[in-house]
This record gives sequence, structure tokens and C-alpha cells, in this order.
Amino acid sequence: AGLVTVGGGIGGTILYAKWDNKFRAAVENNVPYSDWLLGLALGPPSPKSGLPIKKQVRILEESLTSSAKATLQAIGAQEAALQAITRHTLKLKEAMEAEEKSAQWKDLEAALADRTGAVNDAETALSKANEALDSLKSVIDKSKGLKVSAVRPLVLAAEENLHNMVVDLDKVVTKVHSAESEAKIVSQYSELVNEAKQQFQREVSSLTPEIQANWKGLTGKLSSDDLNALIAHAHRRIDQLNRELAEQRVREQIHIDAALEQQKLEDQKALEKAVSTALQHIKEEARLEQERKLSELREVMEAEMRTQLRRQAAAHTDHVRDVLKVQEQELRVDAEQVLSSKMLEQETRYRQLSQEQLDNFTLDMNTAYARLKGMEEAIDSHVVAEEEARKAHQLWLSVEALNYTLKTANADIPTVPLEGAAQAVRDSCHDSDFALALSSALPEESLHRGVYSEASLRARFNSLRSLARRVALIDESHNSLYQYFLSYLQAALLFEEKQEAPPAQLCSEDLDPFKLLSYASYCLEHGDLELAAKLVNQLRGEARRVVEDWLTEARLTLETRQVVSLLSAYANAVGLGTTQAP
Amino acid sequence: MSEKELGKKWDRCLADSAIKLGTGLGLGIVFSVLFFKRHTWPISFGSGVGLGMAYANCQNDLRSHYLQHRSKKVTHT
Repeated sequence: AGLVTVGGGIGGTILYAKWDNKFRAAVENNVPYSDWLLGLALGPPSPKSGLPIKKQVRILEESLTSSAKATLQAIGAQEAALQAITRHTLKLKEAMEAEEKSAQWKDLEAALADRTGAVNDAETALSKANEALDSLKSVIDKSKGLKVSAVRPLVLAAEENLHNMVVDLDKVVTKVHSAESEAKIVSQYSELVNEAKQQFQREVSSLTPEIQANWKGLTGKLSSDDLNALIAHAHRRIDQLNRELAEQRVREQIHIDAALEQQKLEDQKALEKAVSTALQHIKEEARLEQERKLSELREVMEAEMRTQLRRQAAAHTDHVRDVLKVQEQELRVDAEQVLSSKMLEQETRYRQLSQEQLDNFTLDMNTAYARLKGMEEAIDSHVVAEEEARKAHQLWLSVEALNYTLKTANADIPTVPLEGAAQAVRDSCHDSDFALALSSALPEESLHRGVYSEASLRARFNSLRSLARRVALIDESHNSLYQYFLSYLQAALLFEEKQEAPPAQLCSEDLDPFKLLSYASYCLEHGDLELAAKLVNQLRGEARRVVEDWLTEARLTLETRQVVSLLSAYANAVGLGTTQAP
Repeated sequence: MSEKELGKKWDRCLADSAIKLGTGLGLGIVFSVLFFKRHTWPISFGSGVGLGMAYANCQNDLRSHYLQHRSKKVTHT
């Protein structure tokens, strides 16, 4: 993990150094061996190509101004030197031509010093100017290397300036050189003269040691010998000089030829040099001119091109506009067509869909309506059925109530009057004739007074039985008190079975009251009130009269029960009929 | 109730016989005392009358159902 981190850090640094040169320079400055590593990884650092153009231009201008300044300085210095040299030469010439004076020599020396100083200054200035010009040249080259068109006129101007400065400098330098050469000649001449003077001086001094160097002022001090010696020396010297002169005249031509040759050579050299410099200058000028012309031409061309391009662009835009218009039209037409077709399609589809929907809806509606109708009918029939069922239920309930009221009879109390229940039954069955008939078949007594229960009837019968037994012999023909007495006696003495099962058919012997009573008892005990009533009905005479009420009551009860059971059966049947199977 | 009728009849009968007997006896005694110089025959005669009346009444009462009166007959027709 650490290795990965370090490797990543180094890689990142390298990548960033590749992207940002300043960062690379900083890294190379601060981290040792980083320049080796970065050089290995990325190659040599690229030059400061990232320098913005403005900076370059500024550098250019600065160098231009500095070089101009230096050049001017150099030119000035050279001119000063030139001046000094010419002055010196003049002074020397004057000194030569005129008689020697110490002031002149001082002036001369001053002039010489001036000259040397000026020359030195000029030289330094020249060197400086050359340096500046070289730097300017390098800057110009660098700027040329940028290949940016905006810099080109500046570069061109700088080049021109450079060239001018160089030319001026060269001119001045040549002037200075010529002056120097003149001065050299003059100095040579002066030197020769001085030498001669010195020689003469020496000779004179050798001849006359007391004579001072300045022999012009000697005329008062010299003796005649000295003067003679001097004149002799002078004559000798003149002879010598004449001889030399003759020699010289002889050798003049040779010397002149040689000098001419030398001069020719020098001239040639100088010519060549001048020619070369002039050529260079001209070349340079031509080049500059060319470049200027080129730049002008380029500008013109660019302007022209721009106008043409503008024109073309205008034409193009017009054309494009036209084309676009046409295309727009076409496209619009197409689109409209497509749109209309699509719209049509959509409309038809929509219509179709809506129609379908409508149809479906109608269908659904119809089905729904049919179903609704069916449902309604079903519900109605249900309602009807339920109504029926309800009615039946009500009927049944009322019948049950009626039935229940029958049970409300206690030991000796008859039931509640069945009127209410019967009314309820009548109310709940007012559309069933059968039930109505049945409910109206209920005996009045039961309605108003109620009926006795079977138990009470049974009990009553038990008490009746003894009485009936007692009056068994009494009937319409036998009803005197004596008969009564006999009947009582019979009842006391006769024993019969308390209960005896009645036969299916009664024969004449069974019509005996005692037998009948026992049968009836049996029947009552076994809950068969009907049979008991039937049997009791067979009693005759007083016994019959005695049990008449009981019989009526039994009949009532039986009737009521029958009616109620019929009603209940009917209600059950109706209820069953209306009950819906799950 | 029809079964109670007989009982009622007997009650009546007895009550009536008691009254009649008593009345007869009483009258007999009275007559015997008043008119017949305390003979016993008015007492027994009276009681006998009383008893007989009672008996006849009773019997009539007991028979009353079986004997249809003319008014009923008339109404029936």
C-alpha cells in the first residue's frame, strides 16, 4: 500500500510536471536528481513556449529600446570619438605644419587623451551596442520562432530598426575607422617627423649637447661655432636628405607601385568588406523590404481575403438562407403532409376507437341494463318471495302465537281469549282464503273466553266421572228420587276398571256408562281427547246432561286445536314453500 | 257448569226440604199447640206435609229438565 502510494505520488508529480513547466522548473530546482528523473521520463524541459505573447512582445520592445539606446549611445560615442580623432588629427597637422609650441603639444596631448578616451568610450559603447543588437537579434529570432502573426509587424519593425541601427553603427564605425586610418597616417607622419626631429635633435645635441630641444628659440644663445657646426650639420643633413630624396624619387615609382598595390589590396579588402557589408546591408534591407512588402501584401491580401470572405460569407449566407427557405418550404410541406396524414390517421383511429368505445359502451350498457333488469326482476321476485316468506313467517309466527296461547291454560283457568292471536292470524293471512276460512272457523267461545287445556279437562273429567257414575241410571224415564237413590247405590256398589282401553269398534255392551267412562278415562290418560269426547258423547240421560258442559268444553278445545293445527300445518307448508333452498 | 247443576239441585233440594220440614214441623207444632191441643199428629202431619212437599219439590227439580213446559214448546214451534 505504501509502495503504491509512493509510486502514485511520483507518477502524479511527473504527469503534472509534464503539464505545467513552471512546476517542473520548481521541482527541478528544489528536489535533487529530479531533473534527471524528469528528463528521463518527459525529455528535456521544453522552452518557455508557454510565455504569453504579450510578454514576448514586451521583451521585444524592451530589448529594442535598450538596443536603440545602446546603439545611439554607441553612435554618439563613435561620433565623439570621430570628432576627437579628427580634432586630434587636425591638431597634429597643425602641430606639424605650424611651429612647435608647448601649448600646442599640451593641446595635442589633451587632444590625444581625449581621443584615446573617446575611442575607448566608443569601443565600449560599440561593444555594448553590439551586445544589445545581438540580444535584440536573438529576441527577434525567438519571436520569429513563435509564428504568431500579431507579432510580425512589430518583429518586422524591430528588424528594420535593428538593421538601421546596425547600418548606422557600421557607418559610424567606418567613419571612425577612416578617421583612425587618416589619423594613423597623420600620426605616422607626425611620428616620422618627430623621429626626424628627434634624430635631428640628437644629432644637434650630439653635436652641441648644451642646446636644448626647442631649437627655435636658440638663435640668440648659439655661438658661431655652434652655428657653423649646426649649419654644417644642417647642410650635411640636407645633403643626406637630398640623397634620400633622390633615392626616394628613384624608388618612388616602386614605392608608389608597392603602395598602390598595397593600397589596391587594402582597397580591395576594404571594398570587399564594404561590398560585403553593403551587400549584407542591402540584403538585409531587401529582406526587410521584402518582409515589409510581404507583410503589407499579406495585410492587403488578408484584408482582401476578408472582404472576399465576407462577400463569400454574405453570399453563402444568402445562399444558405435561400436554400434554407426552400428546404424549410419543402420540409414544411413534407411535415404538413406527414402531419395531415398522421392527423387523419389519428382521427380515423380516434373515431374508430370512439366508435368502438361507444359500441362497447352501448353493449356494456345494454348488458348492464339487461342485467339490471334481470337483477331488478330477481330482486322483485326475491322481494315478492321474501314478502311471501315474510307473510308466511308472520302467519307461522301468529299461528305459533296462537298455538302458544293454547298453552297458557293453567289448571282450572282457561286460556287467554284467543281473539288477539286469532286477529293476528287473520291479519297475517288476509290473502289466503284457506287461512282466513280456518281462522274464522275458530269457535267464538275460544275467541272470547279461551279454551281449557287437556289437563284441566282431564282433571274435570275425573271429578265428573264420579258424578256421572252416580247418575248413571237417570234418564228421561227414570228420574225420580228413588231412581236417584238407586243410581247412587249402583255407583257405590259397582266397580269397574279405572281405565280400560276402548276397542276399535264399540258394540252395544260398550255403551254402558261405566264402561264408557272407563274407556274415556283411558283415552284421556293416554291423551286422546277426541276419542274420549266421542266416548263421552255416547252417554245418555242424566249422565249425559251432567257431562254436557265438559263435552262442550272438550269439543271447543278439540275444535280450536284442530283449527290451530290446521293453521299451523298450513303455515308450515306455506313457510316450507317459501323457504329458499341455500 | 252442567256438573254443578246436580249439586246445586241437591243443595236446593236439601235446603228446601230442610225448610219445608222445619216449617211443617213448626206449623204442626204450632197447630198442635194452638189448635189441636198438643197432639202429636199435627206435628207429624206437618212434618210429613213438609217432607212430602220437599220430596216432591226435589223430584220435580231433578226432573225439570226432562219435563218440557208449554212455554218452551210454544217457543220451539
